[in-house]
Amino acid sequence: MNAAANPLRPAFLALLLGTATIVVPAQAETIEVTIDRLVYAPAEIEAKVGDEIEWINKDALVHTATMKGGTEVLVPAKKSGRLLMREPGSFDYICRYHPNMEGHITVRP
Amino acid sequence: MTVRLTTAAAAFALLLGGNWALAADKPTDPQIAHIAYTAGVIDVEAAKLAIATSKNKTVVEFAESMVRDHESVNKQALDLVKKLNVTPEDNDTSKALSQAAESKRSELAKLTGADFDKAYVENEAAYHKQVNGALETLLIPSAQNAELKSLLETGLKLFQGHQQHAEHVATELR
Repeated sequence: MNAAANPLRPAFLALLLGTATIVVPAQAETIEVTIDRLVYAPAEIEAKVGDEIEWINKDALVHTATMKGGTEVLVPAKKSGRLLMREPGSFDYICRYHPNMEGHITVRP
Repeated sequence: MTVRLTTAAAAFALLLGGNWALAADKPTDPQIAHIAYTAGVIDVEAAKLAIATSKNKTVVEFAESMVRDHESVNKQALDLVKKLNVTPEDNDTSKALSQAAESKRSELAKLTGADFDKAYVENEAAYHKQVNGALETLLIPSAQNAELKSLLETGLKLFQGHQQHAEHVATELR
């Protein structure tokens, strides 16, 4: 998380270790969902435990990705929001401010 | 005069839940821009009253989201009319909407506490439903400019979301 927040740090470490190769955890992926004109696209996604979902909001409106059960990601206008999928399951989500926006995530173990 | 009366009547019919598509005359793009903008301003004003009056966290949060969304869409509308070099044109429908909203606002201003919250949120659900009806049956079909039509279509999806949000909050208040 620190390394991601500070782009200089991996480069600095790479220099110290005398290598330009930065090792990134192998399997975890970031799955992108675009929000445009109040639509999640793609509306249905599949992920593995450990993957992150990133919602990229192109609207000039604040949205959320709110799962049934309470987990919520705020996706500010023209910005993005991320969520790490920690457990397998099937999750419906909506935007709390615009409940006619609907999406679904299937998380495999 | 007949035309003016028809438009005003249509606006009131809209507010009363009637079918706006019965209006004899189709609004022009400058009039549509003015009507849509006015509808947004009305909702922002109602929301500001709610923020000042309500003590209910859910109601205040709902009202804040109305201010945020409608101001954002109205800014987009202003940017668009500027780009298209169109001057929004005041019209009897906009006037009738404003008048009806003013009387609703003074009605709400007399209420406090749970009575206010309930009346505000129920009016929000009804108001968005009526505006959505007008967008679907009259404003979107009448719009000539493709960008204006597209903004109205996004507006419809947004206001349908607001209607559902308001209905959800209304259920919570019951």
